[in-house]
Amino acid sequence: MTEVISKTKSLIIKHEKEQSALIPLLQNVQTEYGYVPKESIDLIADELSIFPVEIYGVLTFYSQFHLNPPGKHTIRVCQGTACHVMGGKVILDNFSNKLGIEDGETTEDGLFSLERVACLGACGMAPVIAIDEKFYGKVQLNEIDGILNKYRETNEK
Amino acid sequence: MKNKILICVGTSGLSAGANEVADNFQLELKKHNLFNNYEIIKTGDKGLFVDVIVEIIDSKKTTYINVKPDDVIKIIDSHIINNELYKKRLADENYTNFFKDQERIVLKNCGEIDPEQIDSYLERDGYQAIQKAFKMSRDKILEEVTDSGLKGRGGGGFLTGMKWGFGKKAESNTKYIICNADEGDPGAFMDRSVLESDPHAVLEGMIIAGYTIGANNGYIYCRAEYPLAIKRLNIAITQAKEKGFLGENILGTNFSFNLKIKAGAGAFVCGEETALIASIEGRRGRPKPRPPFPAIKGLWGNPTIINNVETLANIKHIILNGAKWFASKGTKNSTGTKVFALAGKIKNTGLVEVPMGTTIKELVFGPGGGMINKRKKFKAVQLGGPSGGCLPESLIDTPIDFESINKTGAIMGSGGMIVMDESTCMVDMAKYFLKFTVAESCGKCVPCRVGLKRMLETLEAITDGKGTQEHIEFLKEMSPTIKETSLCGLGQTAPNPVLTTLKYFPEEYEEHITEKKCRAKVCESLLEFEVIPDKCTKCGLCFRACPTDALEWKKGEVAYINRDKCIKCKACFEACNFNAIK
Repeated sequence: MTEVISKTKSLIIKHEKEQSALIPLLQNVQTEYGYVPKESIDLIADELSIFPVEIYGVLTFYSQFHLNPPGKHTIRVCQGTACHVMGGKVILDNFSNKLGIEDGETTEDGLFSLERVACLGACGMAPVIAIDEKFYGKVQLNEIDGILNKYRETNEK
Repeated sequence: MKNKILICVGTSGLSAGANEVADNFQLELKKHNLFNNYEIIKTGDKGLFVDVIVEIIDSKKTTYINVKPDDVIKIIDSHIINNELYKKRLADENYTNFFKDQERIVLKNCGEIDPEQIDSYLERDGYQAIQKAFKMSRDKILEEVTDSGLKGRGGGGFLTGMKWGFGKKAESNTKYIICNADEGDPGAFMDRSVLESDPHAVLEGMIIAGYTIGANNGYIYCRAEYPLAIKRLNIAITQAKEKGFLGENILGTNFSFNLKIKAGAGAFVCGEETALIASIEGRRGRPKPRPPFPAIKGLWGNPTIINNVETLANIKHIILNGAKWFASKGTKNSTGTKVFALAGKIKNTGLVEVPMGTTIKELVFGPGGGMINKRKKFKAVQLGGPSGGCLPESLIDTPIDFESINKTGAIMGSGGMIVMDESTCMVDMAKYFLKFTVAESCGKCVPCRVGLKRMLETLEAITDGKGTQEHIEFLKEMSPTIKETSLCGLGQTAPNPVLTTLKYFPEEYEEHITEKKCRAKVCESLLEFEVIPDKCTKCGLCFRACPTDALEWKKGEVAYINRDKCIKCKACFEACNFNAIK
């Protein structure tokens, strides 16, 4: 039994075996791995008596779920209205240029993933980004290198 | 009683180092042996983004703003030890003005209590309303809520009392109350702040709703993007259970009520009632045709009442103070107050609560403090997010109530209010919102799935400089069709941003089409930046602002923009103080 299967099993036990448990369960799996591995999907389908295709339907419908492993750090760039007005799109483009990846992709070294989010709900700090759980407010274009380097340096240590 | 030190530890506070500030206060108090005299209280957002906010309550209340972890030592030394105000971080006039004209009912506890300690809530009339409600008949509660005139604060504006009435009348052994905390409108953060700062107020509203309609179970459907709100709700539920306000036989009555939290998974359409229900049931969040309405046939086919966070947070105040008190605030048809999330090109971004009927101008230039950049004029205000519209300066005296706002073609929405100045392009704004709704459309019905996409393509053509007059005609024809034929609220309101900008800013569309010009300098395809040598003072500000080395400049020389490297980010244009870049 692979590690993913045994882990998924231990998560399934915590939920009722019914359709309404599907989303929280997938969220638990994603918290564990950063994405939802294929093995987990097949196992959940069996245990909850749901067709795998339905699970894929749910996974692809909600933007929170990922089917591929993310980078070590996830950069979420807010594209809410306030951020848009304050230049959020240029911030996103800049991250994209500097990392050489598009929204939804991961850098080759596996260090960063880039995500555009509809709104982080922190409009007072616009334009705002969040790296993992940490928020950065009123981001200026010339701060981006510094922010990225901080994570690169900690990684090297 | 101990003196208090309140520290704002909300999402924005945390990013400004609120935890470090709090830790430093702990350390310093310990060092000076002042623990017996002072108590540290970590509160939620106060509403204004000048973090970290620290309030010291001793013989009076003193507010310090923009406090950095390093300031703590000096505040303790000056304020607490030497009894002298620490002037450097003292709240300014701007701060006072922000709160001066507000009437805080829903936000009453925000920034005043520790949301993770139920006792802190209990000290301020917490759970008094359920005790009063349990002594009233269910019909009497319904009557109070109806008479108060409270309308749903999530955007629809449906009478809450009437909704509850449907739920109460519906015959079923199983009924549900759902709190809709899927605050998906980009540019809105009212619900996040309330949940983070005063979660018990929402729970209390849900318990009263459950008692009134006869529901024993409730769900809070909260956006996954709000981890702090979810954490604090979980704490609040556990503490309320321990104190006997939630669970079986609440306060010794025969009424039982249990609550669960469901985290959303990132889908805007789940703010729609039937889609939200589908999501809780573990399916894709796709709306269903109504009727039957959820109040009759909702979660797992049972009667279900869905209320927004702010609506529920109002309930306890209506029960405690009565329908008449509530109805005396606001206007005749829009009673009470409304919380707005002020943001954009405005001096004070933050949460503002004012009586309904306050005008846009009073809000923007009162608590909002006016424009952020005095050189740039007010242009428009966006209300209601992707379902709302942009209103021009000529409508700035419009009172904010459901009827007046609807008349303009915008909607009240949930309370997001984004202020825009000359540097915002209205065609781009319309495109921005459509891009959002296209991405968030669930794809079930054709008008929304295909129609919005065609509209977006048309707007892209216009902002790319390929627009024609036929495009405008197409937008005008398509918008009402989509509004009339879409299945749910998302499609029915999605054309509003296009319609309002077409109505109030036709000249901007015209310029994009005929002159291939974007006056706000936003639409990239229509922009080429260059330095005007005569105006350039050779100061190098643009050089320092450029993030891509596209600006070439040496001391004493006129700057030059290398267009191959230019990403049209406008940084140089914004940085120049001499209008030397066009």
